[in-house]
Amino acid sequence: MLRLLTIELQKIKYSKSAKALLIIYFGLFMFIALIASIKFNLGFVEFHLAEQGIFNFPYIWHFNTYIASFLKIFMAVIIVSMVANEYSNRTLKQNLIDGLSKKEFILSKFYTVILFALASTLFIFLVSFVLGLIFSSYTEFSIIFSDLEYLFAYFIKLVGFFAFCLFLGIWIKRSAFALGFLFVWWIAESIIIGVLKFVIFKDSLIANKISQFLPLESISNLVKQPFTRLNVVQASASQIGADVNWDSSVSILQLLIVCVWTGIFIFLSYKIIKRRDL
Amino acid sequence: MKTILSLQQLTKKFGALTAVDHVSFTIEKGHVYGILGPNGSGKSTTLGMVLNVVNKTSGNFYWFDKSYSTHRALKKVGAIIERPNFYPYMTAYQNLALVCKIKEVTEENIDKKLELVGLLERKNDKFSTYSLGMKQRLAIASALLNDPEILILDEPTNGLDPQGIHQIREIIKKIASTGTTILLASHLLDEVEKVCSHVIILRKGKMLYAGSVDKLNASFGYVELKAENHEDLLSIVQNHSWFTAEKVDPENHIITANLTENIAADALNKMFVEKGIFLSHLIKRKESLEEQFLQLTNQ
Repeated sequence: MLRLLTIELQKIKYSKSAKALLIIYFGLFMFIALIASIKFNLGFVEFHLAEQGIFNFPYIWHFNTYIASFLKIFMAVIIVSMVANEYSNRTLKQNLIDGLSKKEFILSKFYTVILFALASTLFIFLVSFVLGLIFSSYTEFSIIFSDLEYLFAYFIKLVGFFAFCLFLGIWIKRSAFALGFLFVWWIAESIIIGVLKFVIFKDSLIANKISQFLPLESISNLVKQPFTRLNVVQASASQIGADVNWDSSVSILQLLIVCVWTGIFIFLSYKIIKRRDL
Repeated sequence: MKTILSLQQLTKKFGALTAVDHVSFTIEKGHVYGILGPNGSGKSTTLGMVLNVVNKTSGNFYWFDKSYSTHRALKKVGAIIERPNFYPYMTAYQNLALVCKIKEVTEENIDKKLELVGLLERKNDKFSTYSLGMKQRLAIASALLNDPEILILDEPTNGLDPQGIHQIREIIKKIASTGTTILLASHLLDEVEKVCSHVIILRKGKMLYAGSVDKLNASFGYVELKAENHEDLLSIVQNHSWFTAEKVDPENHIITANLTENIAADALNKMFVEKGIFLSHLIKRKESLEEQFLQLTNQ
């Protein structure tokens, strides 16, 4: 396993574009800290976002993992191109001739993807931890380390999404087309969900029960939007009488669905590469 | 004799096209093999199948004694297919270090192999800055990193300039002289003729011949003869049991005849002298591989 990981990391280590994207990706994590400095000046009312409780423990785990997951599109570019380049440089063929098995090839990519997800999770943990210590109203040990399941869900979410990107890269061979397909897929899922909701069932509850099994939908369901949990939002919603009882906790079923999709994507990648003449 | 690679009825179909049609042969340790065939005869597809990049349709092959899985066996093999494939953004050394990791060998061999192919002083330059000849030589260095049991070269001189072709040939000869088993696929006959002891001839995916170069054509070669008294010479050649299928070139009166036995040139000369004929021209030849190849593939 370590051998496969070092093989893949060496391929990335010397690639300038991959390195640049990685630096941008992890650099943008830091920018979450900048949210702290957002201040609206609504005439006579000054609105300081950091003081609205978004950086309170344990809410910060939820908020930051949700915000950070938008950055995963940068990783999608890296992952898709690290696969597509193997085709265009014909190094996939050479790797196999040199004695890497097709299974090892897929695994080396998959291990790397897990490492990326792990590094992202660790990074967001550190950033949130520091931000929390600075801005949180509560810094008791037990409060800081509660709700950590959001970090775990974030990790699984990234692994699932990266496995999907890996599969698209291996299937489609060209990075631009694979990324385009990712976008098309996303639109297709939105249409399917829309049709389920408004045409077939006319009931969003049943529709959600079905659509939660779609790959991108299940991935995005892992860390749901955290805004309705904010006191400000809750307060203003109850003023206008809206019901915002939105369950945004991490569900075991969703975790399972994403794990199954991850397995399917990796297995399909292997099947495709096994059947293909290179 | 230790078997390195064995193919049994190996077949590959691309849709309706049968690219490789029931090909069987065995590669044994210590020989230099050539796979000959015109473009599109299935050479690269055959190699692709045994090298794990093309899926076979039917038939079988196994490496060494059947106990090895293909990818494990390939760690003991060095192979280059068609074009040199490396990571363009890495230097030669970094590329070879990666191959070492894949093959699970130490990196200590890298400098030695780079020196063998004459690229040691360019080892820290990026692969993308290399000329085609240098890329091909780097590929050979890469294939040799694990001191392979067999070196497989597919069209190693394709697209190179004469100097590059010469360099590659010298390297191949050097490697062959160390006793490494080599399998060389080419459509260039003189290339194969110069280094190979055994040939496998393919045409349209079918195997026409597999065996030693010497036995390819069972004939004993042919002679070219000329003498002052042309008529006497011709009558001796026509009546002697050593000769068959004699032809006369009407312009320079050179007589060409196939030999029926293995007769040395000096014995021939002696026989003619005893019959009172002094030759002014005597050449004894084997058919070149090219002539034999054309005979076979034109059938």
